[in-house]
Amino acid sequence: MSTRIPRRTIAAFLGPAVFALAVVGIVPLLYALWKSLHYFNLTKLAQSRFVGLDNYAFVLTDWVFWQAMGRTATLFIIAVPVQIALGLVMALVLHRPGLTLWKTLTRLSLVLPMATTYAVVGLLAQVMLNLKYGVINQMLGWIGIDPINFIGDPTNAFLAVILWDIWQWTPFVALVLLAGLSTVPPEIEEAAQLETKSNWTILRHVQLPYLIPSLVAVLILRTADTLKLFDMVFTMTRGGPGAATEFIAVLIERVGNRQFDIGMASAQSIIMLAITIVLARIYLRLFYREVR
Amino acid sequence: MAAPLQRRGLIAEGIVLTLICLFCVFPFYWMVTTSLKTQVVALQSPPAWLFTPTLANYWEVLFEDKVGRSLINSMIVSISTTTLAILLGCPAAYALARFEFRGKTDLWFWFITNRFVSPVVLAFPVFLISREIGLRDTHLALILMYLTFTLPIVIWICTDQFRSIPRELDEAAMLEGASQWRIFRSICLPLAMPGVAVSAILSFIFSWNELLFAYILAPKAAKTAPAMAVTFMEGYNVPFGKIMATSTLIVIPVLIFALLASKHLVRGLTMGAVK
Repeated sequence: MSTRIPRRTIAAFLGPAVFALAVVGIVPLLYALWKSLHYFNLTKLAQSRFVGLDNYAFVLTDWVFWQAMGRTATLFIIAVPVQIALGLVMALVLHRPGLTLWKTLTRLSLVLPMATTYAVVGLLAQVMLNLKYGVINQMLGWIGIDPINFIGDPTNAFLAVILWDIWQWTPFVALVLLAGLSTVPPEIEEAAQLETKSNWTILRHVQLPYLIPSLVAVLILRTADTLKLFDMVFTMTRGGPGAATEFIAVLIERVGNRQFDIGMASAQSIIMLAITIVLARIYLRLFYREVR
Repeated sequence: MAAPLQRRGLIAEGIVLTLICLFCVFPFYWMVTTSLKTQVVALQSPPAWLFTPTLANYWEVLFEDKVGRSLINSMIVSISTTTLAILLGCPAAYALARFEFRGKTDLWFWFITNRFVSPVVLAFPVFLISREIGLRDTHLALILMYLTFTLPIVIWICTDQFRSIPRELDEAAMLEGASQWRIFRSICLPLAMPGVAVSAILSFIFSWNELLFAYILAPKAAKTAPAMAVTFMEGYNVPFGKIMATSTLIVIPVLIFALLASKHLVRGLTMGAVK
Protein backbone atom coordinates (compact mmCIF):
# COMPACT_ATOMS: atom_id res chain seq x y z
CA MET A 1 0.00 0.00 0.00
CA SER A 2 1.39 3.37 -0.84
CA THR A 3 -0.35 6.52 0.19
CA ARG A 4 0.40 9.78 -1.54
CA ILE A 5 2.07 12.07 0.91
CA PRO A 6 1.19 15.72 0.24
CA ARG A 7 4.14 17.82 -0.89
CA ARG A 8 3.44 20.21 1.96
CA THR A 9 4.07 17.48 4.51
CA ILE A 10 7.31 16.42 2.86
CA ALA A 11 8.49 20.03 2.74
CA ALA A 12 7.64 20.49 6.40
CA PHE A 13 9.78 17.51 7.40
CA LEU A 14 12.72 18.30 5.15
CA GLY A 15 12.56 22.07 4.92
CA PRO A 16 14.33 23.06 8.13
CA ALA A 17 17.29 20.74 7.59
CA VAL A 18 17.67 21.69 3.93
CA PHE A 19 17.43 25.38 4.75
CA ALA A 20 19.97 25.13 7.58
CA LEU A 21 22.47 23.17 5.53
CA ALA A 22 22.05 25.53 2.59
CA VAL A 23 22.74 28.54 4.81
CA VAL A 24 25.86 27.11 6.45
CA GLY A 25 27.09 24.96 3.57
CA ILE A 26 26.20 26.64 0.31
CA VAL A 27 26.05 30.37 1.04
CA PRO A 28 29.69 30.50 2.26
CA LEU A 29 30.70 28.45 -0.75
CA LEU A 30 29.10 30.92 -3.16
CA TYR A 31 30.74 33.74 -1.25
CA ALA A 32 34.11 32.00 -1.56
CA LEU A 33 33.49 31.55 -5.28
CA TRP A 34 32.76 35.29 -5.58
CA LYS A 35 35.81 36.28 -3.53
CA SER A 36 38.04 33.94 -5.52
CA LEU A 37 37.43 36.20 -8.52
CA HIS A 38 38.79 39.19 -6.64
CA TYR A 39 42.04 40.49 -5.35
CA PHE A 40 41.03 40.66 -1.70
CA ASN A 41 43.61 41.08 1.03
CA LEU A 42 42.50 42.07 4.52
CA THR A 43 45.57 44.25 5.02
CA LYS A 44 45.19 45.98 1.63
CA LEU A 45 41.45 46.48 1.41
CA ALA A 46 41.85 49.64 -0.67
CA GLN A 47 43.36 47.59 -3.50
CA SER A 48 40.43 45.15 -3.65
CA ARG A 49 39.26 44.63 -7.21
CA PHE A 50 37.69 42.15 -9.59
CA VAL A 51 40.40 40.12 -11.30
CA GLY A 52 38.40 37.41 -13.06
CA LEU A 53 40.17 34.08 -13.19
CA ASP A 54 43.61 35.53 -12.34
CA ASN A 55 43.70 33.85 -8.93
CA TYR A 56 42.94 30.48 -10.49
CA ALA A 57 45.57 30.97 -13.17
CA PHE A 58 48.06 31.85 -10.45
CA VAL A 59 47.18 28.91 -8.19
CA LEU A 60 47.18 26.36 -11.00
CA THR A 61 50.70 27.38 -12.00
CA ASP A 62 51.88 28.04 -8.46
CA TRP A 63 54.77 25.84 -7.42
CA VAL A 64 53.94 26.27 -3.71
CA PHE A 65 50.38 25.03 -4.20
CA TRP A 66 51.43 21.94 -6.15
CA GLN A 67 54.21 21.23 -3.69
CA ALA A 68 51.64 21.23 -0.90
CA MET A 69 49.43 18.95 -3.00
CA GLY A 70 52.43 16.73 -3.66
CA ARG A 71 53.22 16.54 0.07
CA THR A 72 49.62 15.64 0.79
CA ALA A 73 49.76 12.90 -1.85
CA THR A 74 53.10 11.64 -0.51
CA LEU A 75 51.69 11.43 3.01
CA PHE A 76 48.76 9.45 1.65
CA ILE A 77 50.92 7.12 -0.44
CA ILE A 78 53.23 6.28 2.46
CA ALA A 79 50.83 6.27 5.41
CA VAL A 80 47.78 4.51 3.98
CA PRO A 81 49.48 1.28 2.80
CA VAL A 82 51.14 0.98 6.23
CA GLN A 83 47.79 1.60 7.91
CA ILE A 84 46.14 -1.04 5.73
CA ALA A 85 48.91 -3.62 6.29
CA LEU A 86 49.03 -3.09 10.08
CA GLY A 87 45.28 -2.72 10.29
CA LEU A 88 44.74 -5.97 8.41
CA VAL A 89 47.06 -7.84 10.79
CA MET A 90 45.19 -6.39 13.78
CA ALA A 91 41.82 -7.23 12.24
CA LEU A 92 42.85 -10.81 11.44
CA VAL A 93 44.09 -11.38 15.00
CA LEU A 94 40.89 -9.93 16.46
CA HIS A 95 38.78 -11.98 14.06
CA ARG A 96 40.14 -15.31 15.33
CA PRO A 97 38.02 -17.08 17.93
CA GLY A 98 39.16 -17.39 21.55
CA LEU A 99 40.55 -14.99 24.19
CA THR A 100 37.23 -13.15 24.04
CA LEU A 101 37.67 -10.82 27.00
CA TRP A 102 41.17 -9.86 25.92
CA LYS A 103 39.88 -9.12 22.43
CA THR A 104 37.02 -7.01 23.70
CA LEU A 105 39.53 -4.91 25.66
CA THR A 106 41.76 -4.56 22.61
CA ARG A 107 38.81 -3.48 20.51
CA LEU A 108 37.92 -0.82 23.08
CA SER A 109 41.49 0.47 23.13
CA LEU A 110 41.40 0.68 19.32
CA VAL A 111 38.55 3.17 19.59
CA LEU A 112 40.63 5.68 21.56
CA PRO A 113 43.13 7.10 19.02
CA MET A 114 40.55 7.98 16.36
CA ALA A 115 38.29 9.74 18.86
CA THR A 116 41.09 11.80 20.38
CA THR A 117 40.91 15.51 19.63
CA TYR A 118 43.18 15.93 16.61
CA ALA A 119 44.75 19.07 18.04
CA VAL A 120 45.72 17.13 21.17
CA VAL A 121 47.27 14.39 19.03
CA GLY A 122 49.61 17.04 17.60
CA LEU A 123 50.49 18.33 21.07
CA LEU A 124 51.23 14.77 22.21
CA ALA A 125 53.66 14.49 19.31
CA GLN A 126 55.41 17.67 20.44
CA VAL A 127 55.89 16.25 23.92
CA MET A 128 56.71 12.65 23.05
CA LEU A 129 58.96 13.33 20.06
CA ASN A 130 60.94 16.16 21.66
CA LEU A 131 64.66 15.91 20.96
CA LYS A 132 65.80 16.19 24.58
CA TYR A 133 62.79 15.44 26.76
CA GLY A 134 60.82 13.11 24.50
CA VAL A 135 60.04 9.57 25.59
CA ILE A 136 60.31 8.21 22.03
CA ASN A 137 63.93 9.29 21.80
CA GLN A 138 64.52 7.72 25.21
CA MET A 139 63.10 4.43 23.91
CA LEU A 140 65.19 4.66 20.74
CA GLY A 141 68.18 5.11 23.07
CA TRP A 142 67.37 1.78 24.75
CA ILE A 143 67.87 0.00 21.44
CA GLY A 144 70.99 2.00 20.65
CA ILE A 145 69.65 4.63 18.28
CA ASP A 146 70.84 8.22 18.72
CA PRO A 147 68.18 10.82 19.48
CA ILE A 148 66.38 12.03 16.38
CA ASN A 149 65.40 15.66 15.94
CA PHE A 150 61.86 14.85 14.86
CA ILE A 151 60.25 18.27 14.92
CA GLY A 152 63.20 20.49 14.00
CA ASP A 153 64.47 18.76 10.87
CA PRO A 154 62.44 19.03 7.62
CA THR A 155 62.66 15.37 6.57
CA ASN A 156 62.16 14.04 10.09
CA ALA A 157 59.22 16.34 10.72
CA PHE A 158 57.54 14.93 7.63
CA LEU A 159 58.27 11.41 8.89
CA ALA A 160 56.93 12.35 12.32
CA VAL A 161 53.63 13.48 10.79
CA ILE A 162 53.41 10.19 8.88
CA LEU A 163 54.19 8.26 12.06
CA TRP A 164 51.53 10.09 14.00
CA ASP A 165 48.96 9.74 11.24
CA ILE A 166 49.68 6.01 11.32
CA TRP A 167 49.19 5.95 15.10
CA GLN A 168 45.88 7.74 14.94
CA TRP A 169 44.32 5.99 11.95
CA THR A 170 45.63 2.42 11.92
CA PRO A 171 43.12 1.42 14.63
CA PHE A 172 40.35 2.94 12.50
CA VAL A 173 41.46 0.91 9.48
CA ALA A 174 41.67 -2.18 11.68
CA LEU A 175 38.09 -1.76 12.90
CA VAL A 176 36.76 -1.09 9.39
CA LEU A 177 38.50 -4.22 8.09
CA LEU A 178 37.30 -6.20 11.10
CA ALA A 179 33.74 -5.20 10.22
CA GLY A 180 34.49 -6.39 6.68
CA LEU A 181 35.80 -9.73 7.95
CA SER A 182 32.63 -10.30 9.94
CA THR A 183 30.63 -10.22 6.68
CA VAL A 184 32.31 -13.44 5.53
CA PRO A 185 29.73 -16.20 6.08
CA PRO A 186 31.12 -18.47 8.85
CA GLU A 187 30.21 -21.67 6.92
CA ILE A 188 32.43 -20.62 4.02
CA GLU A 189 35.29 -19.75 6.34
CA GLU A 190 34.99 -23.07 8.21
CA ALA A 191 34.82 -25.04 4.98
CA ALA A 192 37.97 -23.30 3.78
CA GLN A 193 39.73 -24.07 7.03
CA LEU A 194 39.03 -27.78 6.47
CA GLU A 195 40.48 -27.54 2.95
CA THR A 196 43.70 -25.73 3.72
CA LYS A 197 45.93 -24.88 6.68
CA SER A 198 47.40 -21.83 5.00
CA ASN A 199 46.00 -18.65 6.48
CA TRP A 200 47.34 -16.80 3.48
CA THR A 201 45.28 -18.88 1.05
CA ILE A 202 42.17 -18.29 3.13
CA LEU A 203 42.84 -14.55 3.22
CA ARG A 204 43.54 -14.36 -0.48
CA HIS A 205 40.70 -16.50 -1.81
CA VAL A 206 38.00 -16.49 0.86
CA GLN A 207 38.21 -13.31 2.92
CA LEU A 208 39.62 -10.79 0.43
CA PRO A 209 36.51 -10.66 -1.79
CA TYR A 210 34.48 -9.66 1.27
CA LEU A 211 37.08 -7.10 2.28
CA ILE A 212 37.02 -5.18 -1.00
CA PRO A 213 34.18 -2.80 0.01
CA SER A 214 35.92 -1.99 3.31
CA LEU A 215 39.23 -1.45 1.54
CA VAL A 216 37.69 0.93 -0.96
CA ALA A 217 35.95 2.77 1.89
CA VAL A 218 39.27 3.11 3.70
CA LEU A 219 40.99 4.41 0.57
CA ILE A 220 38.43 7.07 -0.21
CA LEU A 221 37.86 8.19 3.40
CA ARG A 222 41.58 8.42 4.04
CA THR A 223 41.88 10.47 0.84
CA ALA A 224 39.23 12.92 2.01
CA ASP A 225 40.68 13.13 5.52
CA THR A 226 44.23 13.56 4.26
CA LEU A 227 43.05 16.48 2.11
CA LYS A 228 41.41 17.91 5.25
CA LEU A 229 44.37 17.23 7.51
CA PHE A 230 44.98 20.38 9.50
CA ASP A 231 44.55 20.18 13.28
CA MET A 232 47.21 17.62 14.05
CA VAL A 233 49.86 19.17 11.81
CA PHE A 234 49.03 22.67 12.98
CA THR A 235 49.59 21.90 16.66
CA MET A 236 52.59 19.71 15.89
CA THR A 237 54.69 21.69 13.41
CA ARG A 238 52.63 24.64 12.11
CA GLY A 239 53.61 23.41 8.64
CA GLY A 240 57.31 23.79 9.38
CA PRO A 241 60.20 23.70 9.59
CA GLY A 242 60.22 25.86 6.48
CA ALA A 243 57.36 24.38 4.49
CA ALA A 244 58.31 20.75 5.14
CA THR A 245 54.94 19.75 6.55
CA GLU A 246 52.77 22.31 4.80
CA PHE A 247 49.94 20.10 3.59
CA ILE A 248 47.20 21.54 1.44
CA ALA A 249 44.80 22.60 4.23
CA VAL A 250 47.69 24.10 6.23
CA LEU A 251 48.81 26.08 3.16
CA ILE A 252 45.31 27.48 2.60
CA GLU A 253 45.06 28.45 6.27
CA ARG A 254 48.41 30.25 6.05
CA VAL A 255 47.50 32.15 2.91
CA GLY A 256 44.10 33.19 4.25
CA ASN A 257 44.70 33.58 7.96
CA ARG A 258 48.34 34.58 8.21
CA GLN A 259 48.88 36.38 4.88
CA PHE A 260 45.30 37.67 4.87
CA ASP A 261 45.04 36.99 1.12
CA ILE A 262 41.48 35.71 1.19
CA GLY A 263 40.93 35.98 -2.57
CA MET A 264 43.84 33.62 -3.20
CA ALA A 265 42.91 31.28 -0.36
CA SER A 266 39.40 31.07 -1.78
CA ALA A 267 40.70 30.10 -5.22
CA GLN A 268 42.92 27.46 -3.63
CA SER A 269 40.11 26.04 -1.56
CA ILE A 270 37.72 25.94 -4.54
CA ILE A 271 40.28 23.95 -6.52
CA MET A 272 40.76 21.61 -3.55
CA LEU A 273 36.99 21.30 -3.22
CA ALA A 274 36.70 20.34 -6.89
CA ILE A 275 39.20 17.54 -6.31
CA THR A 276 37.35 16.46 -3.16
CA ILE A 277 33.96 16.41 -4.88
CA VAL A 278 35.23 14.25 -7.72
CA LEU A 279 36.49 11.78 -5.12
CA ALA A 280 33.29 12.01 -3.08
CA ARG A 281 31.15 11.25 -6.13
CA ILE A 282 33.23 8.16 -6.82
CA TYR A 283 32.77 7.10 -3.21
CA LEU A 284 29.02 7.67 -3.21
CA ARG A 285 28.65 5.84 -6.53
CA LEU A 286 30.43 2.88 -5.05
CA PHE A 287 28.64 2.69 -1.72
CA TYR A 288 25.28 4.32 -1.70
CA ARG A 289 23.72 2.67 -4.70
CA GLU A 290 21.19 0.98 -2.49
CA VAL A 291 19.36 4.23 -1.74
CA ARG A 292 15.74 3.73 -2.68
CA MET B 1 45.46 -32.14 17.89
CA ALA B 2 48.86 -30.75 18.79
CA ALA B 3 47.98 -29.14 22.11
CA PRO B 4 51.38 -27.52 22.89
CA LEU B 5 51.42 -25.95 19.44
CA GLN B 6 47.96 -24.54 20.02
CA ARG B 7 48.97 -23.15 23.39
CA ARG B 8 52.01 -21.51 21.84
CA GLY B 9 49.69 -19.99 19.26
CA LEU B 10 47.50 -18.59 22.02
CA ILE B 11 50.48 -17.08 23.82
CA ALA B 12 51.67 -15.45 20.59
CA GLU B 13 48.18 -14.11 20.06
CA GLY B 14 48.10 -12.75 23.61
CA ILE B 15 51.41 -10.97 22.99
CA VAL B 16 50.14 -9.43 19.76
CA LEU B 17 46.97 -8.25 21.51
CA THR B 18 49.01 -6.72 24.33
CA LEU B 19 51.20 -4.91 21.80
CA ILE B 20 48.12 -3.52 20.04
CA CYS B 21 46.74 -2.26 23.37
CA LEU B 22 50.06 -0.67 24.30
CA PHE B 23 50.32 0.95 20.86
CA CYS B 24 46.89 2.55 21.34
CA VAL B 25 47.03 3.42 25.01
CA PHE B 26 50.65 4.39 25.68
CA PRO B 27 50.37 8.00 24.38
CA PHE B 28 47.45 8.52 26.78
CA TYR B 29 49.48 7.10 29.66
CA TRP B 30 52.27 9.48 28.78
CA MET B 31 49.87 12.42 28.47
CA VAL B 32 48.35 11.83 31.90
CA THR B 33 51.67 11.20 33.67
CA THR B 34 53.28 14.27 32.07
CA SER B 35 50.31 16.36 33.21
CA LEU B 36 51.14 15.32 36.79
CA LYS B 37 54.77 16.45 36.52
CA THR B 38 56.17 19.79 37.63
CA GLN B 39 57.99 21.76 34.93
CA VAL B 40 61.33 20.70 36.45
CA VAL B 41 60.43 17.00 36.30
CA ALA B 42 58.89 17.37 32.84
CA LEU B 43 62.15 18.85 31.54
CA GLN B 44 64.32 16.03 32.85
CA SER B 45 66.45 14.37 30.22
CA PRO B 46 66.05 11.43 29.86
CA PRO B 47 62.37 11.62 30.82
CA ALA B 48 61.37 10.39 34.27
CA TRP B 49 59.05 7.40 34.62
CA LEU B 50 58.82 7.58 38.42
CA PHE B 51 58.18 10.87 40.18
CA THR B 52 55.95 12.44 42.82
CA PRO B 53 52.72 13.43 41.08
CA THR B 54 51.20 16.87 41.57
CA LEU B 55 47.89 18.39 40.53
CA ALA B 56 49.41 21.88 40.33
CA ASN B 57 49.21 21.96 36.52
CA TYR B 58 45.47 21.36 36.63
CA TRP B 59 44.87 24.18 39.10
CA GLU B 60 47.00 26.54 37.05
CA VAL B 61 45.40 25.85 33.69
CA LEU B 62 41.86 25.79 35.04
CA PHE B 63 41.97 28.95 37.09
CA GLU B 64 44.86 31.06 35.79
CA ASP B 65 44.97 30.27 32.09
CA LYS B 66 41.25 30.36 31.31
CA VAL B 67 41.18 26.74 30.17
CA GLY B 68 38.15 26.29 32.40
CA ARG B 69 36.38 29.04 30.49
CA SER B 70 37.28 27.45 27.14
CA LEU B 71 36.00 24.07 28.31
CA ILE B 72 32.69 25.72 29.18
CA ASN B 73 32.66 27.32 25.71
CA SER B 74 33.31 23.94 24.14
CA MET B 75 30.51 22.44 26.19
CA ILE B 76 28.04 25.18 25.17
CA VAL B 77 28.92 24.91 21.49
CA SER B 78 28.99 21.10 21.30
CA ILE B 79 25.75 20.58 23.21
CA SER B 80 23.90 23.31 21.31
CA THR B 81 24.97 22.17 17.89
CA THR B 82 24.15 18.56 18.74
CA THR B 83 20.68 19.52 19.96
CA LEU B 84 20.07 21.61 16.88
CA ALA B 85 21.31 18.86 14.57
CA ILE B 86 18.97 16.36 16.23
CA LEU B 87 15.98 18.72 16.04
CA LEU B 88 16.58 19.48 12.36
CA GLY B 89 17.94 16.11 11.33
CA CYS B 90 15.39 13.67 12.76
CA PRO B 91 12.38 14.89 10.75
CA ALA B 92 14.54 15.04 7.61
CA ALA B 93 15.79 11.51 8.23
CA TYR B 94 12.21 10.35 8.73
CA ALA B 95 11.19 11.92 5.41
CA LEU B 96 14.11 10.28 3.63
CA ALA B 97 13.26 6.91 5.15
CA ARG B 98 9.49 6.99 4.61
CA PHE B 99 8.40 9.31 1.80
CA GLU B 100 8.85 8.99 -1.95
CA PHE B 101 9.55 12.17 -3.85
CA ARG B 102 11.45 13.43 -6.84
CA GLY B 103 15.08 14.35 -6.31
CA LYS B 104 15.37 12.23 -3.18
CA THR B 105 18.62 10.56 -4.20
CA ASP B 106 20.21 13.89 -5.12
CA LEU B 107 19.15 15.43 -1.86
CA TRP B 108 20.59 12.50 -0.01
CA PHE B 109 23.89 12.74 -1.91
CA TRP B 110 24.09 16.41 -1.08
CA PHE B 111 23.58 15.80 2.64
CA ILE B 112 26.27 13.16 2.70
CA THR B 113 28.76 15.01 0.49
CA ASN B 114 29.25 17.48 3.33
CA ARG B 115 31.28 14.78 5.04
CA PHE B 116 33.96 15.42 2.44
CA VAL B 117 34.10 19.21 2.46
CA SER B 118 37.17 20.53 4.24
CA PRO B 119 36.33 23.21 6.85
CA VAL B 120 39.13 25.35 5.41
CA VAL B 121 36.93 25.89 2.32
CA LEU B 122 34.12 27.42 4.39
CA ALA B 123 36.12 29.08 7.15
CA PHE B 124 37.22 32.26 5.34
CA PRO B 125 33.92 33.20 3.72
CA VAL B 126 32.19 32.57 7.05
CA PHE B 127 34.84 34.65 8.77
CA LEU B 128 34.03 37.59 6.46
CA ILE B 129 30.27 37.12 6.68
CA SER B 130 30.28 36.79 10.47
CA ARG B 131 32.29 40.00 10.72
CA GLU B 132 29.66 41.79 8.63
CA ILE B 133 26.67 40.57 10.63
CA GLY B 134 28.27 40.77 14.05
CA LEU B 135 28.57 37.04 14.71
CA ARG B 136 32.34 37.01 14.97
CA ASP B 137 33.63 35.46 18.16
CA THR B 138 30.22 34.22 19.25
CA HIS B 139 29.06 30.76 20.20
CA LEU B 140 26.29 31.05 17.62
CA ALA B 141 28.71 31.25 14.67
CA LEU B 142 30.40 28.01 15.75
CA ILE B 143 27.11 26.29 16.57
CA LEU B 144 25.81 27.03 13.08
CA MET B 145 29.01 26.07 11.27
CA TYR B 146 29.27 22.79 13.13
CA LEU B 147 25.94 21.84 11.55
CA THR B 148 27.90 21.25 8.33
CA PHE B 149 29.16 17.99 9.79
CA THR B 150 26.75 17.17 12.64
CA LEU B 151 23.60 17.39 10.50
CA PRO B 152 24.79 14.89 7.84
CA ILE B 153 25.78 12.43 10.57
CA VAL B 154 22.41 12.67 12.31
CA ILE B 155 20.58 12.35 9.00
CA TRP B 156 22.61 9.36 7.91
CA ILE B 157 22.35 7.35 11.09
CA CYS B 158 18.71 8.20 11.79
CA THR B 159 17.58 7.47 8.21
CA ASP B 160 19.04 4.02 8.65
CA GLN B 161 17.31 3.65 12.00
CA PHE B 162 13.89 4.80 10.73
CA ARG B 163 14.14 2.37 7.80
CA SER B 164 14.56 -0.50 10.22
CA ILE B 165 11.20 0.26 11.88
CA PRO B 166 8.45 -1.90 10.31
CA ARG B 167 6.12 0.11 8.09
CA GLU B 168 3.11 -1.87 9.34
CA LEU B 169 3.20 0.28 12.46
CA ASP B 170 2.76 3.53 10.52
CA GLU B 171 0.14 2.00 8.28
CA ALA B 172 -1.93 0.88 11.24
CA ALA B 173 -1.69 4.36 12.72
CA MET B 174 -2.60 5.91 9.39
CA LEU B 175 -5.77 3.83 9.24
CA GLU B 176 -6.61 5.22 12.67
CA GLY B 177 -6.35 8.64 11.08
CA ALA B 178 -3.08 9.80 12.64
CA SER B 179 -1.23 12.58 10.82
CA GLN B 180 2.32 12.01 9.53
CA TRP B 181 3.67 14.31 12.20
CA ARG B 182 1.87 12.35 14.88
CA ILE B 183 3.16 9.02 13.52
CA PHE B 184 6.67 10.47 13.54
CA ARG B 185 6.41 11.93 17.03
CA SER B 186 4.52 9.20 18.85
CA ILE B 187 5.47 5.98 17.06
CA CYS B 188 8.68 6.18 15.06
CA LEU B 189 10.75 8.62 17.07
CA PRO B 190 10.52 6.68 20.36
CA LEU B 191 11.48 3.49 18.52
CA ALA B 192 14.39 5.26 16.82
CA MET B 193 15.88 6.49 20.09
CA PRO B 194 18.96 4.21 19.96
CA GLY B 195 19.94 5.72 16.60
CA VAL B 196 19.22 9.23 17.84
CA ALA B 197 21.42 8.64 20.89
CA VAL B 198 24.30 7.29 18.81
CA SER B 199 24.14 10.18 16.36
CA ALA B 200 24.01 12.64 19.26
CA ILE B 201 27.15 11.13 20.80
CA LEU B 202 28.97 11.22 17.47
CA SER B 203 27.92 14.83 16.81
CA PHE B 204 29.15 15.79 20.24
CA ILE B 205 32.52 14.10 19.68
CA PHE B 206 33.07 15.72 16.29
CA SER B 207 32.05 19.20 17.46
CA TRP B 208 34.13 18.91 20.60
CA ASN B 209 37.22 17.97 18.56
CA GLU B 210 36.86 20.66 15.89
CA LEU B 211 39.74 23.12 15.64
CA LEU B 212 39.83 25.00 12.34
CA PHE B 213 36.48 26.83 12.52
CA ALA B 214 37.07 27.52 16.20
CA TYR B 215 40.54 28.89 15.60
CA ILE B 216 39.48 31.24 12.80
CA LEU B 217 35.98 32.25 13.93
CA ALA B 218 36.31 32.48 17.71
CA PRO B 219 39.65 34.00 18.73
CA LYS B 220 38.72 35.33 22.16
CA ALA B 221 35.44 35.31 24.03
CA ALA B 222 34.03 32.14 22.48
CA LYS B 223 37.39 30.34 22.24
CA THR B 224 36.96 26.59 22.55
CA ALA B 225 39.29 24.19 24.34
CA PRO B 226 41.18 22.84 21.28
CA ALA B 227 41.86 26.42 20.12
CA MET B 228 43.04 27.20 23.64
CA ALA B 229 45.50 24.31 23.52
CA VAL B 230 47.05 25.79 20.38
CA THR B 231 48.00 29.03 22.12
CA PHE B 232 50.24 27.16 24.58
CA MET B 233 52.61 26.31 21.78
CA GLU B 234 53.40 29.94 21.19
CA GLY B 235 56.49 31.31 22.89
CA TYR B 236 59.78 29.68 23.80
CA ASN B 237 59.41 28.16 27.23
CA VAL B 238 56.99 25.38 26.36
CA PRO B 239 55.17 24.31 29.53
CA PHE B 240 54.88 20.57 28.92
CA GLY B 241 52.99 19.78 32.14
CA LYS B 242 50.38 22.47 31.54
CA ILE B 243 49.91 21.48 27.89
CA MET B 244 49.33 17.88 28.86
CA ALA B 245 46.98 18.85 31.71
CA THR B 246 44.93 20.87 29.22
CA SER B 247 45.05 17.99 26.73
CA THR B 248 43.87 15.55 29.38
CA LEU B 249 40.96 17.79 30.30
CA ILE B 250 40.00 18.11 26.62
CA VAL B 251 40.30 14.44 25.83
CA ILE B 252 38.54 12.89 28.85
CA PRO B 253 34.92 13.70 27.88
CA VAL B 254 35.54 12.58 24.30
CA LEU B 255 37.07 9.29 25.35
CA ILE B 256 34.19 8.54 27.71
CA PHE B 257 31.68 9.16 24.92
CA ALA B 258 33.79 7.21 22.44
CA LEU B 259 33.84 4.18 24.72
CA LEU B 260 30.07 4.48 25.25
CA ALA B 261 29.49 4.52 21.49
CA SER B 262 32.47 2.33 20.64
CA LYS B 263 30.41 -0.02 18.46
CA HIS B 264 29.11 2.87 16.38
CA LEU B 265 32.10 5.17 16.16
CA VAL B 266 33.44 3.54 13.01
CA ARG B 267 29.97 3.69 11.48
CA GLY B 268 29.88 7.42 12.18
CA LEU B 269 33.35 8.05 10.82
CA THR B 270 32.59 6.20 7.60
CA MET B 271 29.08 7.68 7.30
CA GLY B 272 27.73 4.16 7.19
CA ALA B 273 29.93 2.67 4.49
CA VAL B 274 30.74 0.09 7.15
CA LYS B 275 28.13 -1.18 9.53
